[in-house]
Amino acid sequence: MSNVFTIDGQEIPFEPGQSVMQAALTAGVFVPHLCYHPEFRPHGSCKLCTMKVNGRPATSCTTPAAAGMEVENNTTEINDKRRMLIQMLLVEGNHFCPSCEKSGNCKLQALGYALGVMSPHFTEFFPDRPVDFSHPEMLLDFNRCILCELCIRASAEVDKKNVFALSGRGLKKHLIVNAESGRLADTDFAVTDKAAEVCPVGVILRKRHGFAVPIGQRTYDLKPINEQVERFKPVTPATKEKV
Amino acid sequence: MSFELETATNPEQLRRLAIDPVSRVEGHGKVTILLDDDNHVHQVRLHIVEFRGFERFIQGRPYWEVPVMVQRLCGICPVSHHLAASKAMDMVLGVKLTPTAEKVRRLMHYGQILQSHALHFFHLSSPDLLFGFGSDMAKRNVVGVIAAAPETATKGVLLRKFGQEVIRMTAGKRVHGTGSVPGGVNKSLSTEDREALRKDIYQMVAWSREAVHMIRALFESNLAEYNAFGRFTAQSMGLVRADGAMDLYHGGLRARDASGKTLFDHFDYGRYWDVIAEEVKPWSYMKFPFFKNQGPDDGWYRVGPLTRVANCDFIPTPLADRERQEFLAYDSGSAAGATLGYHWARMIEMLHAAETIKDLLNDDDIVGTDLMAPLGERQERGVGVIEAPRGTLIHHYRVNENDEVFRANLIVSTTHNNQAMNEAIRQVARQYFDGREVTEGLLNHIEVAIRAFDPCLSCATHALGQMPLEVEIVSRDGTPLDRMMRDARGICSRN
Repeated sequence: MSNVFTIDGQEIPFEPGQSVMQAALTAGVFVPHLCYHPEFRPHGSCKLCTMKVNGRPATSCTTPAAAGMEVENNTTEINDKRRMLIQMLLVEGNHFCPSCEKSGNCKLQALGYALGVMSPHFTEFFPDRPVDFSHPEMLLDFNRCILCELCIRASAEVDKKNVFALSGRGLKKHLIVNAESGRLADTDFAVTDKAAEVCPVGVILRKRHGFAVPIGQRTYDLKPINEQVERFKPVTPATKEKV
Repeated sequence: MSFELETATNPEQLRRLAIDPVSRVEGHGKVTILLDDDNHVHQVRLHIVEFRGFERFIQGRPYWEVPVMVQRLCGICPVSHHLAASKAMDMVLGVKLTPTAEKVRRLMHYGQILQSHALHFFHLSSPDLLFGFGSDMAKRNVVGVIAAAPETATKGVLLRKFGQEVIRMTAGKRVHGTGSVPGGVNKSLSTEDREALRKDIYQMVAWSREAVHMIRALFESNLAEYNAFGRFTAQSMGLVRADGAMDLYHGGLRARDASGKTLFDHFDYGRYWDVIAEEVKPWSYMKFPFFKNQGPDDGWYRVGPLTRVANCDFIPTPLADRERQEFLAYDSGSAAGATLGYHWARMIEMLHAAETIKDLLNDDDIVGTDLMAPLGERQERGVGVIEAPRGTLIHHYRVNENDEVFRANLIVSTTHNNQAMNEAIRQVARQYFDGREVTEGLLNHIEVAIRAFDPCLSCATHALGQMPLEVEIVSRDGTPLDRMMRDARGICSRN
């Protein structure tokens, strides 16, 4: 059997070692995701990329592609659950898109639109979270954190600095800065770090940039996120490269 | 001190009428009237019953977010808040705007003046003015205007639409855009947008001029009532350009007393607190500003189109200036002191806005590429003042060295007119209510006086024309005597 499986009946070729999500993205299939980034090990925590693989739910970013698999992705049943996940993320933090500078460039917002989120649906938590203004070049607005851990992975794996970490458990789990004071200014975090550019929402922000990009020219003004599939060359995981 | 008719001496013995909410204005307000058994008026108050809290939740946010966040105060004139906050943050950054940035902001602002004034005159006030203050309320709305005067209504809609398009092309969206940023703008006008606007602007100038003539004709047809309706004398304040010209985007503060004598002129608004203070009264969430050196009893004043047109030395566009001169001279200056003169002055400003937009569209800086000014010397305090459609708008922030806003004070246009609106409705109550049986038409006279100021009572967006109205008359022992209701469809009933 050749290296092919199907997603919603469409044949998807894959390279040995690729995950279902990597093969899907390579083939141009839209897969909602927040915690996945091609440069880091898959994490499987946001659950948005969940598909039904041979009838059983599985996170596609952590499921190795295998020949002959039958995968369901863009179905009403799965998208209903994905929409609910977005709604839960939206009420868990303080996501005020109207005044957020990440609006139009935010993956959470873009996925909300793509999945048809029309309202928060659930009761807002309105958590009391701080904003860290201490760093001269970067701002941390913890109100918008979705615990994807991309900044943690980027800082640890690429920047080799371990600036960020998670603390607490369950509902109390939250992002912290690895400094005795808890302030970003008291770390060696730099504006050029990989961790400074990976946040899919509006937590890690370059100061004084704000609304520099006009409406109409922001990432998801140009095309909705489901029409901007991050295609990858069919390569092995060790040499992944964005086309 | 309490003003005449502000506080009755024996409120527990009086009947209470409530107009709640006041309709065809922006936001929620309530009027209460206390009457004795012979329908003599003892107390009239305009209450602002909502608390917004923006000044609190701006604190702790980064300064560059404020111009976008704070404009959510309002769905009608968000551009005013957007620009006043931007101007305040310009001061924090110590910048002087590039010519393109200032002209794009001015274009956005005059687009806003045009759309807001058109909305107010054609949609909100023309039903009263065209049909009569106490006319059949089933027709006294914008739908009635469309049926009776479709051409006028269409022009009103298209004038507003044009203003909204100017805002969209400069700010990115018709409502709540992001065009103005601290230190400049994030886009200039595109060549295509410039041409699209230039195609229609001459028609907008012509229609605005017609609107001035329409309100003038209404004055002429009923001069005695228009002159006397809710009339009171008051001090005034607003921005003027350095040469005394009308400038709705930038200038110094000019104040005059009721006789027209100048109290202060070209005052640097960066220290507005030296001349203006605010008083709190227990029955309203809206504060009462006053000239500091006169105190709260004597220092109140009014702002907005009427005072701006009367207080400037000239309007720097020819058609509007000619109309201004005729307005000031009309009936020996009587219209320029009338509460309903606000409508006439507002249309003169709409004409000025259309002419200014035309001039800006013909200026090549409007499509320039130099959008952001170099940073200057950083300041902790920033004050931005602009003449919003409804009057002088003051934004005041303090920003620490880490870019965090830690203090905010906003004095919105309608707040300046708080005492003036109360004076106007007390005057109407004296003129029309005293000793008469209360009817819906009579109550609408109170609302007509409030609408003249085009107040934005909570500076928020609300459903237009769908506000229910309930008037209840209660005897001195609390027994309901009479109750009249208007439902969301505008249908009246009594029980």
